[in-house]
Amino acid sequence: MSRIQLNVNGNIHSADADNDTTLLSVLRDQLDLTGTKYGCGEGQCGACTVLIDGKSQRSCVTRAGTVVGRQITTIEGLAKGDRLHPMQQAFLDEQAMQCAYCTPGMIMSAVSLLNKKPNPSVTEIADFMEGNVCRCGTHPRIVAAIQRAAKAVKEAGL
Amino acid sequence: MSANEKLQSLVEPERYELNRAPSYSFELDRREFFKLLGAGVLVVSVLKDAHAFQESGAGRPRMEPLPKEIGVWLHIGENDLVTVYTGKVEVGQNIRSSLTQAVAEELKVPIEKIQLVMGDTKLTPFDMGTFGSRTTPTMNLQLRKVSAAARDLLIGLAAKHWQVDRQRLVASEGKITDSQSQHSIEYAALVKGQQLTETIPEVDPLVPATEWTVQGKSLPKVDGRDFVTGKHRYPYDQKLPDMLHGKILRPPSFGATLAALDTKAAEKIPGVVVVHDGNFVGVAAPSGEVASRALAAIKAEWKSDPQISNQELFEYLKKNEIGGEDPTGYPRQHEQGSVEKALSSADHRIEQSYTVNYIAHVPLEPRAALAQWSGDEVTVWTGTQRPFGVRKELAEAFRLSEGKVRVLMPDTGSAYGGKHTGETAMEAARLARAAKLPVKVTWTREEEFAWAYFRPAGVIDITGGLAKDGTIVAWDFHNYNSGAAGIQTFYDIPNQRILFHPTRSPLRQGSYRGLAATANHFARECFMDELAHSVNMGPLEFRLKNLKNDRLRAVFEAAAKKFGWGQKKPAGRGFGIGGGFEKGGNVATSVEVSVDRTTGEVRILRVVTAFECGAVVNPDNLHNQIEGANIMGLGGALFEAIQFQNGRILNGRLSEYRVPRFSDVPVIESVILDRKDLPSAGAGETPMLGLAPAIGNAIFDASGVRLRTLPLVPGGLKIS
Ligand code: FES
Ligand code: FES
Repeated sequence: MSRIQLNVNGNIHSADADNDTTLLSVLRDQLDLTGTKYGCGEGQCGACTVLIDGKSQRSCVTRAGTVVGRQITTIEGLAKGDRLHPMQQAFLDEQAMQCAYCTPGMIMSAVSLLNKKPNPSVTEIADFMEGNVCRCGTHPRIVAAIQRAAKAVKEAGL
Repeated sequence: MSANEKLQSLVEPERYELNRAPSYSFELDRREFFKLLGAGVLVVSVLKDAHAFQESGAGRPRMEPLPKEIGVWLHIGENDLVTVYTGKVEVGQNIRSSLTQAVAEELKVPIEKIQLVMGDTKLTPFDMGTFGSRTTPTMNLQLRKVSAAARDLLIGLAAKHWQVDRQRLVASEGKITDSQSQHSIEYAALVKGQQLTETIPEVDPLVPATEWTVQGKSLPKVDGRDFVTGKHRYPYDQKLPDMLHGKILRPPSFGATLAALDTKAAEKIPGVVVVHDGNFVGVAAPSGEVASRALAAIKAEWKSDPQISNQELFEYLKKNEIGGEDPTGYPRQHEQGSVEKALSSADHRIEQSYTVNYIAHVPLEPRAALAQWSGDEVTVWTGTQRPFGVRKELAEAFRLSEGKVRVLMPDTGSAYGGKHTGETAMEAARLARAAKLPVKVTWTREEEFAWAYFRPAGVIDITGGLAKDGTIVAWDFHNYNSGAAGIQTFYDIPNQRILFHPTRSPLRQGSYRGLAATANHFARECFMDELAHSVNMGPLEFRLKNLKNDRLRAVFEAAAKKFGWGQKKPAGRGFGIGGGFEKGGNVATSVEVSVDRTTGEVRILRVVTAFECGAVVNPDNLHNQIEGANIMGLGGALFEAIQFQNGRILNGRLSEYRVPRFSDVPVIESVILDRKDLPSAGAGETPMLGLAPAIGNAIFDASGVRLRTLPLVPGGLKIS
């Protein structure tokens, strides 16, 4: 077991990790950032998605030791104070959730998509989001939310 | 209560997981409420007919009414907040929002001033569970009644306060206003300093649906912000100081028993507590990683008997009928006219068999529970659709009175009928008692697949007789194992025999969204198509010819119209329709598919669902539920199936068990028929029912290939 330093949501945190400690368990159990969810533990559902230097990554299959010195963003770090990130707002506006357990992972993946492709088509959205499971079946609303957020980001010149 | 309502309030026999009768005792300590909530008025509603307000589930169905029961209570505080207590729970169906609307509508308070306390066995009235699409027809109505009564009470208080006739007073926006003097007073001021408890009978009339101002409009998820920011704590996210993480040693196969056990190595790991109690072996440790290591250090030998595989499943079900009287007492047989006679004189006679595989719920949040003991009292936070049922399970397992057990249900990451039981609650409580510290047990996805329960598999055999003109004259319908929900035909057939045959099940099985209505509708609606084709009639025309029920006709016609049923289609495309009635809702779904004639590849292009469930409470949420039911339904219709062998699940993880994903989702349109003249019914389950048969029928239309097993195209969306 060794002590590592992680940059999460702009703050430096120390955590205990050995070789097989996942980023997901550090976030949830040590840093109490429980917005990042467990859904499968094998990179198949996207519930645990976080951003590493702005790119989506599945934290359940990411060893904590491999992201030292990188910028880690979780769902808790997305809003600026009281102001929601346009993607969070879009999910609310489209009511793109039922139980919402998939929502944090969906939002993080979607933010990553817009970082890469500011104006994705419906097919590009579906392709990119394929690894995120919503068991409640809110997919059409999630697609609409991502399109809405893309528009909002463009209009706000963000 | 009509005979029909009585039938509906019985537990369906396929709720196999509910094998015990619930306890109805409840002690209410009113003083505790005022301590907790401060001064105000507590309004308690006593049910006129408790039976009508209970869920249809849990244990032995009974024809006699339940004891008089408190349904709900509501506190109007001097702090300007209305707090409503209900035993119902939130698993994504958004009843926290729709029930808030019910209160706002009748009590005349703004939405923001209402909070719901849900599914806490200490604070909320007994409730059998949140299932069977009963929240809207029962709890919504009950909340409206208690809210209307509370409003009356407040008007009475204001009349006394001003010494005026109550007829002059009007409630709105959390205030009572005197229409003559124009004075007004806030509810909070009216109840200031009071510790008044009013037990009220139900009152009518309620605001009629045509005059609703809050209900009938879309209300977003009331605490949506907590979900998009990650702030909401699901059961999986619960935490307490000094909490340990628990893990359970699982047998290698179902029903295996422990032959030898060596836990010495695990016990040597610092901070680890090992519990061995009968067949239960578990560990608790300061972190999940250490708990996993401890579990891996345990040596165990298991004994097990050979078991069947999914290859032999349907044959097994047909051979293993459980004879004798149905232990649940549910009427599983329905007979009218003479099927034999009608079949022998019919112009056409067709016989077919349909099969349905086991499928898994795969709630995105697997089961989780956190347990904490204090002396001989235990508190458990867990995701269950039956907090009171889990309280009973715990009380029995630990030989405690129910008063010593408190179960709380934080809004949970979905359930779909799959979380009626309390496995993790039990496991966490057992470990916590030994460790003398709080313990959280969170199932892995693999555990959720293997150790929860499945939607029952089934075989359905149907024989039908037709007259030349397309009138169905005989209907013989036999369902083996999957269940009796939705088994009755709604077509007008003079001679029918409909039977549910319970059988032994090789896997643990239980409720699933829609219960067996999915299987029964699949078989019935596919068979209807086969009948139609045998007399060269169009599937829609044939259905309407044999259907009198206006509400059902209306949804079939609405779905067909929106879909463009009669239109021309290119080669390789097929249209299909299927529908039905269940739990107060009427549904019809039309589907367009394409089938590539050379590769056999199937694509679902378009889904149109027409749905009617009485007066609509929250239209946007209803659309959301219809879309969601269809998308979830795609999985069971097309590719979901549990494979098993010798007591093991072979595809029990997400990389091996396919669930619907973005690329699977077609264009989905929903048409809602809002019947303001009819009571509101639930909508979480029934919208799913038309999809599978509509797809099967559309594939036949496109390719001439008739598929009779769910899932239809498990081999990679291909017909072979
Ligand atoms: S939990 Fe990481 S992808 Fe499912
Ligand atoms: S909203 Fe429940 S899993 Fe997506």
